[in-house]
Amino acid sequence: MTNNIIQSNRRSFLKASAAAGGGMVLGFQLVSCKTEPKRPSFVQPMLEEPKEWSNLNGFISIGENGVVTIMSPNPEIGQNVKTSMPMIVAEELDVSWDNVIVEQAGLDTDKYQRQIAGGSQSIRFGWDGLRKAGATARHMLVAAAAGQLDVPASELTTSEGVIYHKASDRSLGYGDVATAAATMEVPEEVELKEIKDYKIIGTDTRNVDGFDIATGKPLFGLDVQRPGMLIAMIEHAPAFGMKIKSIDDSQAKSMPGIKDVFTINVEPDGFEKQWSDVNAHPGLVAVVGESTWQVMKAKKALKIEWEQDTSAESSSDHEASLAGLVAKSAEAARKDGNVDNAFANAVKIVEKTYNAPFLAHNTMEPMNFFAHVTKDKAELEGPVQTAQFLRPTVSAVCGIPEENITIMMTRMGGGFGRRLYGHYGTEAAVISQKVGAPIKLVYSREDDMTQGTYRPAYKVTYKAGLDADGNMIAFHVRGAGTHGSPVFADRYPAGTVDNYLAENHTLESNISTGAWRAPRSNFIATAEQSFLDEVAEAAGKDPIDFRLELFDRADKNPVGEKNDYDAKRYAGVLKLVKEKSNWGSTEEGVYRGVSAYYCHNSYVAQVLDVTIEDGAPKVKRVCCAVDCGIVVNPEGAINQIEGGIVDGIGHAMYSALSFDKGKPKQNNFNNYRLIRHSEAPESIDVHFVDNGERPTGLGEPSLPPIGAALANALYKATGTRLYTQPFNEQEALLG
Amino acid sequence: MATYNINVNGQSKEVNVESDTPLLWVLRDSLGMVGTKYGCGISQCGACTVHIDGKAARSCSTPISSLDGKKITTIEGLSADGSHPVQQAWIEHDVPQCGYCQAGQIMSAAALIDSNKNPSDGDIAEAMNGNICRCGTYTRIKAAVKTAAKNA
Ligand code: FES
Ligand code: FES
Repeated sequence: MTNNIIQSNRRSFLKASAAAGGGMVLGFQLVSCKTEPKRPSFVQPMLEEPKEWSNLNGFISIGENGVVTIMSPNPEIGQNVKTSMPMIVAEELDVSWDNVIVEQAGLDTDKYQRQIAGGSQSIRFGWDGLRKAGATARHMLVAAAAGQLDVPASELTTSEGVIYHKASDRSLGYGDVATAAATMEVPEEVELKEIKDYKIIGTDTRNVDGFDIATGKPLFGLDVQRPGMLIAMIEHAPAFGMKIKSIDDSQAKSMPGIKDVFTINVEPDGFEKQWSDVNAHPGLVAVVGESTWQVMKAKKALKIEWEQDTSAESSSDHEASLAGLVAKSAEAARKDGNVDNAFANAVKIVEKTYNAPFLAHNTMEPMNFFAHVTKDKAELEGPVQTAQFLRPTVSAVCGIPEENITIMMTRMGGGFGRRLYGHYGTEAAVISQKVGAPIKLVYSREDDMTQGTYRPAYKVTYKAGLDADGNMIAFHVRGAGTHGSPVFADRYPAGTVDNYLAENHTLESNISTGAWRAPRSNFIATAEQSFLDEVAEAAGKDPIDFRLELFDRADKNPVGEKNDYDAKRYAGVLKLVKEKSNWGSTEEGVYRGVSAYYCHNSYVAQVLDVTIEDGAPKVKRVCCAVDCGIVVNPEGAINQIEGGIVDGIGHAMYSALSFDKGKPKQNNFNNYRLIRHSEAPESIDVHFVDNGERPTGLGEPSLPPIGAALANALYKATGTRLYTQPFNEQEALLG
Repeated sequence: MATYNINVNGQSKEVNVESDTPLLWVLRDSLGMVGTKYGCGISQCGACTVHIDGKAARSCSTPISSLDGKKITTIEGLSADGSHPVQQAWIEHDVPQCGYCQAGQIMSAAALIDSNKNPSDGDIAEAMNGNICRCGTYTRIKAAVKTAAKNA
């Protein structure tokens, strides 16, 4: 943080203010949303609605009474960016958080960059732009005040929305100068605060939607209601690899409330897929009616004949194919030294294979989208992590120019990667266009779980060679997955071992897969960190000391040039968790496992304590150390970390999606198991490394390592290593 | 289709639906009260939890025809202004992540503390086990339930 001056992207600011009417905006379009009290007295004082708003840039408008609206640019999926991103703006604007109203921005690629929720990157990529937006507006307010007070701007200071001229003992509120400020020149350069001066960043700040959530306000896509809106549902093929042969919809059509039944295809001839257009079922039957229940019933009355189109794959096929792949060599993704020689010289060799099934995303809010498509316009609203990619797809499929398509992003009932793939938004648009009415497309849980962009099924084999002193002299990893291999060739332990080989295989499959909370890492960390625990044991070393030795090597004398992690920061979280968990202490009947992982630019180490009660494992405590640089909102950050830990334990322990001839065997929560209250850790404590580094993401990084911390603790408890997820289906835990 | 009169949050409401229509969809589609959420439709996730005569119930599996003379409370009617101790505790502990499951969690928790002023960890797990949270807010929920019970 030596350079606090950042070049302003002048063009985007000019564009932004021009788009907003070149300065002062009367009757700003969001006023109507603000008439309802948003914050009861026990949360925060209520704010009075200003008579007029001045728009300083795409993020900030200020009322004449000093109330500030900050737009939250990115989609909110539960990662709390709707609170943390505006906090960053408010910090540099130098206002009191109590005076801030946060509004969700719609898709606007002119005003905002990267309106995407994905890869835990909102804060990391937003950091400079958000600070700059706040600092630029502050600069313009100060400039306006300087004019009004007739003093040089350099003599003015600000604090909590007030501009002071100390020498003459005069002050002006931001609201007093907002109108003038909006006409000020946008500065080329702005000075940013030093970390030590932060008043909002680094403070526990409650979710801005917390009150609305606790009182059941309509916030989610599924809650969208419009006059004349119809409900639509889809029926997709019961199995991957099938397509519609014929349909008898006569009974369904005659049922009460049903308006229409028809087939749609969201990938017409000539359609060019973007990366986000992952969809195994482009051909669908759509049922449209007056109410959800009526449509659900009509769906059941459809008589559809499906026919095999491509292969009918079963989980046993995937298992056999993946096993075949990891048994044979592939082109090296990375090669250091000579593993063959090193293994020949090794005193001990450990070789193990790890497995994980497909997983469904199971966002608690199933897929849905509102669409109102008229002759040449489309209005969409709903839960999507990638609105900017949905728009061109809808444009291509519906034949409507992109500039005539608006997309509002609702709060999302979970994302976890599922809503990166917005085909359900396109489906809604196509259905609305066909029926000529506003519709809300609703997936049932079964529709949602049995089509997906699943976490792929994975298999990976690790082999490590140790010398007589227990030093790791060779490491070989070979992974295979149904789309994409679970190997990051340049990540740890690459760089820590002289002889290293990484190989990747991909298994083609017609089962659609995609990003699932911490893609690939969600499996790699569990496998790799379980394996290293076993290697440390073979080396006769403490698992933390064993890892620290490797980081020491990677720090002082790294192997290779391209190592995708910072060994010091990695070691830092391990040391912190060692201290905070009081590693080395023992307690009767409590078994401990450790794990550490780096992904999405953040470092996480965990120690998990487990007991066995009535034959079943019970997680007592998880101690977690995190290095994500500056922590913008500690309370929100801790919530994310706790969530990742619970989610990670749950999926490693209980969840699986399997297939029989292309048909998902699980379709709802009666046969697909998610972690529940009684299975969650009794307590989780989180500790941050305080290093002032640029902030990095937190939506994902706490999930990957926890599976291994659990497996390593369960090994201590049962004496059996776990190689296959979900763990609760393994013999050692069946009692 | 038939006409039904139900008592929701102290108000009598008339709806015209088929007799097997679940309360969940009556609330959401017929009455426009969307605070009660759909998650599974088969009594497995708890997102749709309401109170029927003061007891937690899954509205997705409660047909309208079974509600004659019963009093229904939804998240919108738990308090007029968000001041119910469970709602306050949820805000204080900053429980929600995505928030989608939380109306159901709050309704289950409110029914629990109504009958148990000092719930143990075991009581909480038992009463709340039917409410899934994919975001994994369980530890916070446990803390918030305890705070709510204390303040109730
Ligand atoms: S929607 Fe009723 S329990 Fe899941
Ligand atoms: S807060 Fe997202 S499902 Fe519970």
